[in-house]
Amino acid sequence: MTAPPANAEPQKESMGIDPYERNWIRFSIVLLVVFLTAVTVAGFAMGFQVPGEEARVDPATITEAGPFANPGVRQIAPGEFEVYVVSRTFNFDPAEIVVPQGATVTIYVTSQDVQHGFKITDTNVNMQVVPGQVSKLTYTFDRVGEFPYICHEYCGIGHAAMFGRVRVVPPSEFEEAGA
Amino acid sequence: MTISIERPTRELTDAEKRFVGWHMLVAIIALLVGSIFGPMQALQYSNVDLYQYLEPVIRSYYQGLTLHGVLNALVWTTFFIVGFTTLTTIKGLARPLSYPKVNWAGFWVMVVGLVTTAVPILLNQATVLYTFYPPLQASWAFYLGLTLVVVGSWVSGVGFFLTYRDWRRENPATRSPFIAFAGVLNMAMWQIATLGVAVEILTMLLPWSLGLIDATDPELARTYFWFTGHPLVYFWLLPAYISWYGMLPKQAGGKLFSDSLARLAFWLFLIVSVPVGFHHQFVDPGVPTAWKWIHATLTYSVFFPSMLTAFTVIASLEYAGRRRGGTGLVGWIRALPWKDPSVAAQLLAGILFLFGGIGGLTNASYNLNLIIHNTAWVPGHFHLTVATAVTLSFMGITYWLVPYITGKQLVSPRLALVQVWTWFVGMVIFSNAMHVLGLLGAPRRTPLGDAPYVPEEWNGHLLRTSIGGTILLVSVLIYGWIMLRTATGPKADPEDVPGIPIAESLRDPQLTPLWLDRFKPWLIAAGVLIVVAYGPQLWDQITGIQLNAPGWTPW
Ligand code: HEM
Ligand SMILES: [Cu+2]
Repeated sequence: MTAPPANAEPQKESMGIDPYERNWIRFSIVLLVVFLTAVTVAGFAMGFQVPGEEARVDPATITEAGPFANPGVRQIAPGEFEVYVVSRTFNFDPAEIVVPQGATVTIYVTSQDVQHGFKITDTNVNMQVVPGQVSKLTYTFDRVGEFPYICHEYCGIGHAAMFGRVRVVPPSEFEEAGA
Repeated sequence: MTISIERPTRELTDAEKRFVGWHMLVAIIALLVGSIFGPMQALQYSNVDLYQYLEPVIRSYYQGLTLHGVLNALVWTTFFIVGFTTLTTIKGLARPLSYPKVNWAGFWVMVVGLVTTAVPILLNQATVLYTFYPPLQASWAFYLGLTLVVVGSWVSGVGFFLTYRDWRRENPATRSPFIAFAGVLNMAMWQIATLGVAVEILTMLLPWSLGLIDATDPELARTYFWFTGHPLVYFWLLPAYISWYGMLPKQAGGKLFSDSLARLAFWLFLIVSVPVGFHHQFVDPGVPTAWKWIHATLTYSVFFPSMLTAFTVIASLEYAGRRRGGTGLVGWIRALPWKDPSVAAQLLAGILFLFGGIGGLTNASYNLNLIIHNTAWVPGHFHLTVATAVTLSFMGITYWLVPYITGKQLVSPRLALVQVWTWFVGMVIFSNAMHVLGLLGAPRRTPLGDAPYVPEEWNGHLLRTSIGGTILLVSVLIYGWIMLRTATGPKADPEDVPGIPIAESLRDPQLTPLWLDRFKPWLIAAGVLIVVAYGPQLWDQITGIQLNAPGWTPW
């Protein structure tokens, strides 16, 4: 780790890597490989998924035809639900989603005007909502309770008030409500 | 191979100092004005509303936030960087700019752009935040102004390239001096990176705001934006690295540990900083998950040059600390000149950057991104990076640079130390609270003091955000005072004016392999990687363009 004397023999061109540094570089490469494996395994094998390419829509006509014309929850199979959410300045339609505990819910969100955000508190559901595009994620609600969904992209002066909530109720209560 | 090449040195002329000084003046004013809104935002979280005192000029939290983002993240950084790397180019190459008029033209185009952008923001006609996502629609002047700022920086960049080219002709066998090399490289990266926003604005937003087209494709706009948006952070960071690698070791009494690895790190940053933009779009619709994964892995590779940097910078500082008599595992750290505010600022910036870097790894892993995307975690993260690692380092640089270019002495280095430490402490509190809020689900870009959904559980953290913000306000005010008093103070005895600190390298840089000092192969590699990592998806989005989102101004 010492400098060559000022008038040493001309030395050869080289990287001149210090032994400690060489080990550090090896260590960094190993760590990098570990990280890459972790993201890949998490992404593909364990099924942590992010929204992808779903469908495109015309923001001008979504309220007239297609699934977003009737926003809300629909049961598609036992324990399986889908919900279509329209975002607009400054509310979500529906503003409340009620599902039974254990329900697997596929959520589709789009926007009628500007960009919005859709994040359900305490869950992994987090989507950018972009006019012209449909964002989609699936989530299983295992815990009973209230989970606000909050708009997390600036959308105008009323942005801070834009939210809705998921109510996850015990299955018995859900049936009584006749949903 | 000869190693003892004579390396001339040369101070900046008065005209050159003035040129750099103009950049610093604009940069520092932008920082001071822009930073006033930061603490206001932080205090809003605890329901302290300072906005009422700024009416009728500032009409909302969001208008203030637009100013905060634009002035701090775009204006302070860009003007500082162009000014600072002008200095490193001239000083490093020990020659004047080949075409000073080109660089002056760049500066004035940037200034005209700044004014053109500022007017609509102040008139509340561009409350679109610094990311200006369509279909929020700002006045055309906002987009035009931003374009001019970018074009101005390109013109300055061309001034650098021509100067470098001429130097290279005059010195065909010499390794380029590190600080000049790195500044020119940063400008080259910037020019590649800004193609994204340039295309976004020129093909979509500007014609749209002028009424030539009716609507936009917002997802395509996001892809263009983040093509630029991520390398933007490296454009901010690399000049801080120039100082950490090439100047700080000298200020601390040491040398640059490895010239070759310093260059390798810079090249790797150039190559991997652009083709990673989709990691800002992990939760976007309209981008296939496969591309998100590719960009996630490329993002991780940025880890590698970051680790090189950590080693080289720390080893250079350790060398300095031991030369100063520090011993033992940590004794060298204490032996560093902590009393020098410029050094203390950069050391503290580096320490917080370690945490920022770890947080960055979290953001990049796309499953964790689902938890923190667009939450308060994100501003918590980048206040450690751009607002501290970069900003506090730049502040530290101004502590020698402003005296150098004005021929004055820094007023009250002790007060400057107070400024540096208050920034550090304020930021630790602020950023920690923001990270926690984000994990609890608090959204960003939101006046949380007004939000109806805030649970009790968040209150303590909201308060800590406000406390951190208030400490930062004190720090900003001290900084402004020191800069003002220094710049307007009496001329000092030339003996007392600091010089430009340039760290020698432990090994003669002539021994650094030639391939680390040649631009062409690396620029080609960067271009190829961009085409591979962006080409197909960008092509899909461009050919599938649907202009169906008309503009809105809901503020
Ligand atoms: C003076 C100390 C500062 C404080 C207390 C502060 C505070 C804040 C707060 C609370 C936010 C979040 C607002 C929200 O999401 O609703 C924010 C956003 C931001 N800050 Fe700062 N800030 C400071 C300095 C800086 C500096 C020096 C920079 C950059 C160089 C910076 C860059 C930004 C950016 C880019 C945003 C994001 C704006 C957006 O979301 O559109 N801040 N700041
Ligand atoms: Cu919204």
